[in-house]
Amino acid sequence: MATSTWTEKDPMVSATDVHKSFGDLEVLKGISMDVMKGECICIIGPSGSGKSTFIRCINALNPINAGSILVEGQEVNDPQLDKLELRKKVGMVFQQYNLFPHKTALENIMMAPLKVLKQEKSEVEARARDLIKKVRLDGKEDSYPGELSGGQQQRVAIARSLAMRPDVMLFDEVTAALDPETVKEVLVTIRELAEEGMTCILVTHEMGFAREVANHIYFTDRGIIVEHGPPKTFFTKAKDPRTKEFLSQIL
Amino acid sequence: MLQAIQDYFRELYEANPSWNFIYIYDPVQAQRVLDGLLMTVWLSVVCVILSVVIGVVGAWLQGSPVRWVRAIVQGYIQFFRNTPPLIQLLFFYFALGQFTPKYSPDGWLEVPIISNVGWAIISLSFFAGAFNVEIFRSGIEAVPESTKEASESLGMNRLQTYGYVVLPLAFRVSLPALNNNLVNLVKTTTQAIVIAVPELLYQLVSIYNDYSTAQNACMVLMFVVYIGLVGILVLTMNRWERAMRIPGYGA
Repeated sequence: MATSTWTEKDPMVSATDVHKSFGDLEVLKGISMDVMKGECICIIGPSGSGKSTFIRCINALNPINAGSILVEGQEVNDPQLDKLELRKKVGMVFQQYNLFPHKTALENIMMAPLKVLKQEKSEVEARARDLIKKVRLDGKEDSYPGELSGGQQQRVAIARSLAMRPDVMLFDEVTAALDPETVKEVLVTIRELAEEGMTCILVTHEMGFAREVANHIYFTDRGIIVEHGPPKTFFTKAKDPRTKEFLSQIL
Repeated sequence: MLQAIQDYFRELYEANPSWNFIYIYDPVQAQRVLDGLLMTVWLSVVCVILSVVIGVVGAWLQGSPVRWVRAIVQGYIQFFRNTPPLIQLLFFYFALGQFTPKYSPDGWLEVPIISNVGWAIISLSFFAGAFNVEIFRSGIEAVPESTKEASESLGMNRLQTYGYVVLPLAFRVSLPALNNNLVNLVKTTTQAIVIAVPELLYQLVSIYNDYSTAQNACMVLMFVVYIGLVGILVLTMNRWERAMRIPGYGA
């Protein structure tokens, strides 16, 4: 219904009062946020605050119990949800890369466009090679994930998501499993994406990155958004004591 | 050349009456050995293929959302895994065999539509198949949930995720255990002797029943043939395992 009326001026992702429980444990207690096209959003907060759960709800990896998440006007909280349609719009990158270990870097990138979108092989391959260049992995096309470093694997994972030409990219603590020296190469890739106008939602602990690249920062704690704002005011003029305490521990 | 070898063994027998390699110089016995060998190879190949098919299908059904389907697979595994294959052969042939329909090729004879060879194939395939289900299940369960999620987040449905991601990985994990079970299966084909399937053991026992001096020679041949047969199987499986090895995976 809403799909037809959605325009690019409306929020790309619009979450309203999202609730999510695992058994008796309520992890999300009413999360609301709007993400506009081209924005880069960072969600920060202590572990267990529900931030990863929330972005996994956006592409329906976790079903929600109550509330609404609209992605380009498509309701995610709908038993009749067309998951394929949703996942064409939303790309996701994981903490543990989750590449397909039996496929080369190039094959990893090509698999979904070939098998899911049934696109022409020559066209998909050309695009995959461009993406490999874009994430600066020239020459690693035929390497298997096990032969790549964590940072390289993560960049393949980003390229794999981009190959589906999503409108929104979700990044779930994508640098948390990396060595400090490889974190940067992944962040540079994400930063370039954001600068090109890709809508990005990141769950991250990289405060420096959040401060530099994010348009808006959300701080979550115990399943609610405690405070949010543009990085300038968020990092210097946080009002809530929980935010202040978290920032003082991290910065 | 052949004549010289045959003469040698004929003389050997005359000098040592307990070493009668009759199947080397007597064409009738040689034919029996050859027939037995062919039957053993035929039983082995057919049962190996069928048991692998049963294993893959069973493991797939075990993941079914329908409860009674899972219950049937579980019942099948328990029945075939927890009873001796020798008893299964006897039961299938003598108990179930009585209830199978018969046909008459000449108006006099009554021939059951499933022969003793047929029952041996059915019984041995289901016996080894029960183990194969468990072997493939362990492989499927070894594929991390997060890898399946990545595939899902790229828009693949359950069947695509299984076909392109889970099974190729599960198969690699399963190969060593599968290797073991198939070796066992080839050796278990000898038990088909109890329902008079004319495989190698049956033929050799018949030969030394007819010529008691050939007993030692028949025993020797039995070992040699099975070492050779199982050796070929193991070599093939090992080569396959190496060919499927993923660079950098599991290292």
